[in-house]
Amino acid sequence: MNATRWETVIGLEIHAQLATRSKIFSSAPTAYGAEPNTQANLVDLGYPGVLPVLNAAAVRMAVMFGLAIGADIAPRSVFARKNYFYPDLPKGYQISQYELPVVSGGHIDIVLEDGTAKRVGVTRAHLEEDAGKSLHECLPGLTGLDLNRAGTPLIEIVSEPEMRSAREAVAYMKKVHTLVRYLGICDGNMQEGSFRCDANVSVRPVGQEKLGTRAEIKNINSFRYVEKAIGFEVARQIELLESGGKVVQETRLYDPDKGETRSMRSKEEANDYRYFPDPDLLPVLIDAGTVQQVRAALPELPDQKAARFVAQHGLSAYDAGVLTASRELADYYETVVHELGEDPKLAANWVAGDLAAFLNRDGLEIDASPIGAAMLASLLRRIRDHTISGKIAKDVFEAMWAEGLPADAIIESRGLRQITDQGAIEQAIEAVMAANPKQLADYRAGKDKLFGFFVGQTMKATQGKANPALLNELLKNKLGSAGG
Amino acid sequence: MPTVASLAAALQARQISSAELTRQLLGRIEAAQPRLNAFISVTADEAVRAAEAADRRLAAGEAGPLLGVPIAHKDIFCTAGVRTTCASKMLADFVAPYDATVVARLKAAGAVMVGKTNMDEFAMGSSSENSHFGPVANPWNVKRVPGGSSGGSASAVAARLVPAATGTDTGGSIRQPAALCGVTGLKPTYGRVSRYGMIAFASSLDQAGVIATTAEDVALMLQVMAGFDERDSTSVELPVPDYAAALGRPLAGMKIGVLTEFFDSGLDPAIEQTLRAAIDELRRLGATISDVSLPNLPLSVPTYYVVAPAECSSNLARFDGVRYGYRCQNPRDLKDLYERSRGEGFGAEVKRRIMTGTYVLSAGYYDAYYLKAQRVRQLIADDFARAFASVDLLVGPTTPTVAFAHGAGDSDPVTMYLNDIYTIGANLAGLPAISVPCGFAHELPAGMQFLGPHFAEERLLNVAHRYQQATDWHRRAPAGVAS
Repeated sequence: MNATRWETVIGLEIHAQLATRSKIFSSAPTAYGAEPNTQANLVDLGYPGVLPVLNAAAVRMAVMFGLAIGADIAPRSVFARKNYFYPDLPKGYQISQYELPVVSGGHIDIVLEDGTAKRVGVTRAHLEEDAGKSLHECLPGLTGLDLNRAGTPLIEIVSEPEMRSAREAVAYMKKVHTLVRYLGICDGNMQEGSFRCDANVSVRPVGQEKLGTRAEIKNINSFRYVEKAIGFEVARQIELLESGGKVVQETRLYDPDKGETRSMRSKEEANDYRYFPDPDLLPVLIDAGTVQQVRAALPELPDQKAARFVAQHGLSAYDAGVLTASRELADYYETVVHELGEDPKLAANWVAGDLAAFLNRDGLEIDASPIGAAMLASLLRRIRDHTISGKIAKDVFEAMWAEGLPADAIIESRGLRQITDQGAIEQAIEAVMAANPKQLADYRAGKDKLFGFFVGQTMKATQGKANPALLNELLKNKLGSAGG
Repeated sequence: MPTVASLAAALQARQISSAELTRQLLGRIEAAQPRLNAFISVTADEAVRAAEAADRRLAAGEAGPLLGVPIAHKDIFCTAGVRTTCASKMLADFVAPYDATVVARLKAAGAVMVGKTNMDEFAMGSSSENSHFGPVANPWNVKRVPGGSSGGSASAVAARLVPAATGTDTGGSIRQPAALCGVTGLKPTYGRVSRYGMIAFASSLDQAGVIATTAEDVALMLQVMAGFDERDSTSVELPVPDYAAALGRPLAGMKIGVLTEFFDSGLDPAIEQTLRAAIDELRRLGATISDVSLPNLPLSVPTYYVVAPAECSSNLARFDGVRYGYRCQNPRDLKDLYERSRGEGFGAEVKRRIMTGTYVLSAGYYDAYYLKAQRVRQLIADDFARAFASVDLLVGPTTPTVAFAHGAGDSDPVTMYLNDIYTIGANLAGLPAISVPCGFAHELPAGMQFLGPHFAEERLLNVAHRYQQATDWHRRAPAGVAS
C-alpha cells in the first residue's frame, strides 16, 4: 500500500444534543438516565391526534451556534419530515430540516499539533429531533424500547469535505465540541451520546479533483474512535483500490472492540426518506432584531478568549489554546490570575502543566479538581514571595492534591519553607566541599560541568529548601572559578 | 324540529331535564342503529352522568347555549376513556388517554356526548362505506349512502338522533354528507378550530367543523369550538367573533358570485334546477348575483389526490403495531410485524392512498407530483383571492349528484373521488365553506355551498341563516323521523 499516492477526503456530520429543559416539540423533560419511558409524553410517543409545538429555546441555541461560526441565519427555515420505519422512531418519521435549514455557511478554525492552522467550512446546521433507543440486551428474545430520548433537540452540523486526515477530523470535532460547550448549548457528554458524529470518508489519487466514492461511518461517539475508524477506513479503501477493486457507496459501522468498520447497508438498500415540509409546523421566522439580540448575548468565544490571553497575559498562542479548550478551564485560569494579581505566565504554566496533568491522570474535570483556583493561587504566591522554590512547590502541589489542605498548612507542617539564610546555606556548601575533595579538585582543575553536581549535593543537604538563586551565587563564591 | 337553540331554551326553562332528553335520544339512537349504523360507540352511561351534571349546573342557575344539549362526535376525535377507532380495525380497541381540544371545549360548555359516529376509515372516502364497523345508511333512503367521510354525523343529524354533531372536512367530508343527508354543514377556515386530538389524515387540509340542522345551531357549536390552541401550531390566534349576533343581518348589498366552473357537464340537471331556484331566492333577499370564473379550480381533484395521500402516507406511519393499535399474530420478525400489522389493520382505500402518497413523495417523482401539486394549489388559492376581491361570497352546488347507491363506487374509486369535485377547492385554499339544503332531486336532498374568504364564517352563517329563514328545506325530515 502506497499511502503517499492517495489523498484522504473527510466530511463530518456532528449531532449535538441541545441543552434545553424540555424537548424540541413537546413539554417532556430531557433529563438523561431516567427510568425508561418516564421522560416521554404523548407527543414523544407519537400518539394519534397529537401535534408538535416548536421549543423556541432550541431555535435560539441554533442561532447562537450559527453566529459563533460566522454563518448565515435563515430568516425563514422549514421543518420537514424524514420518513422511515424503525421501532424507536414513534411517528414513522423524524422531524428535521431539509431544504431550508436554520444555519448555512460558516467555518471552524482548527490548529493542528504541529501548529498549522486550517479553516474548515460548515455547509449547514439544522435542527431536528432525536429518536429513542432500542434495547436488545435486557429482554431475551425481545427488543425493548426506551423513548426517553425521542424528541430531544439536536443540531446537526454538516462540514464541507475539507478535512484531509483523521487528525484534522479530530481537531475539527474537538473544536466544535469546545464551541458548543462555550455557548452552553450542549453538555458535550459523549458517553451519554450528547455529542456524536457520522464521518464521510473517501480517497482519491493525489492531484485528482473529482472526489472518490465515499463510505459513511455512522454514530461515532469518541474522539479516539473517530481517529481510529477513519484510519481503518482510509487504509481499507486504499487497499481495495490498489488491488483493483472499487469502493461502494454504503453506510458502515465502527466496531471499537475489533477496531474495524463493517458494512451496514449499501446505497441500493438505503432508505428513500421521502422528505416533505411538515404541515403540522409553521415555517420558522427569525427577524434581524432577534439575531441582533442573540449576537449581543453571545459569551466570549474560545478564539476570542485565546487572543485576549495572548494580548493581555502575554501567553504563547499554544498555551492560550490549551487554556481556552474549555470554558471552565479558562475561567479557572482567570480566577487564579485574578487571585494572584501578578505573573499570569506562572499561572498559565501551572494550570496548563501540573494541574492539567493531575486532572488527566485522575480522569477528573476541572470542576472536580481537589485544588480550587484560590488554593492554587495561594501556592503560586509562595513561589513569588520565595517562601518555597518552584521545585518544592511541585511537592506541595502533590500533597495539596492528595490531602486537600491549603499550601501554607503543608509548607509549615512539613517544614518546607525555603532557606534564605546565607549562613545556613554557606554551612551546607562547606560540608559538601569537605565531603567531596576529589570533585572539588577536578572542578578547580577546569571541569566546570561539576558545578551542577555541587548544586545538587547542596540542595540535597538542605532537603531542597535552599533558595536556588542564592545557592548559586554563594556556591560560585565558595568554589572559586573553574580552571582557576 | 328540535334544534340546539330550541333544546337549550327548553332546558333553560326547565321544561325538560338534560337527563330526560339524553335518555330519549339514546332510545332513538338504539332503535335507529340497526337501520342506519350511524354510531360506532354509544356512550349511554357516560352520557346520562354528563347530563345529570349539566342538570345540576342548570339547577344552580348556570346558563349556556350548549349546557345539557346532547351531541355526538365523529369517531376521529380522541375522547379520554372512550375508544376512538377512526372506523379502522387498526384502532378498533384504542382508548385515548386524553380529550381532543374540540371535545374538551364542548364538554366544558356542558354539551353531553351521547356517542361517537361512524365514518370512512381514517376519513378517507365519500360514502361512509369504508368502515371496519360496517357502512352507514342515508335516512332518506337506506339503500343510499349518506356521503362521507362524516357520514355517521350527517346521518344521525338528518335522522334527528342528535341536534348537532362534530365532523372533519379534508376534501368535503362535512359538506358532502351534509348535502346528501339534507342537513347543514360548515367547514371553517383552516386554523380556526384546533386540530389537537383529531386523528390526522392530511394535516394541511384537515379541519374540524359542525353538522346540524340549522345555520344558527352551527353558529352556537362553532362559537365554543373555535379559537387558538397553543397545542396546535397551525391554529390561528385571532379573536372569535359572536357568530349568533351576525346571523340576522340583512343580505341587501351582499355580492355573491356564482361559480361557473361548478355548473359543468358533471352536475345533475335536477340539482342545477334546485340551485338556480335557490340563487333566485338569494336575489330576492337582496343579494347581488354575478358570475365568477376560477379557471384553475377544475384542477382541484388531481391536485388533492397528490397532496392528501402524500400527507396521509406519512401521518399513518405511526400505526405500526409497535406501541398501540392492531398488532398481527405471532410476527416472525420486525418486517413481518410491520407488513402484517399494517396489511391486516388498514382497509383497502386507506392502503390505496398510503401507496399513492408514498409514490408521489418518492425520489424521482417528488418534483413531478408533489411539488407540481403544491404549485397548482397556490394557483387555485390565487384564483379564490382574486374572486374575493370582487365578491363577498361564492355560491355553487355542494355535490354533482344526490346520494348514490351503496356499492356504486366499488369498481372505480375515481368516480367516487369526483363526488368531491366542488368541495375540494375550499380545502386546498384553506377557506371556510358551508353546505345548506336547497331542495330535492330524485326525492333526495340537494345542497347549496357557499364559500368565503379566510375567517368569513360570520358571513357564511349569516347568508345561510337568512336563506333558511326564507325557505324550509332544512326543516324537511326523512319519512318516519319524528321532527
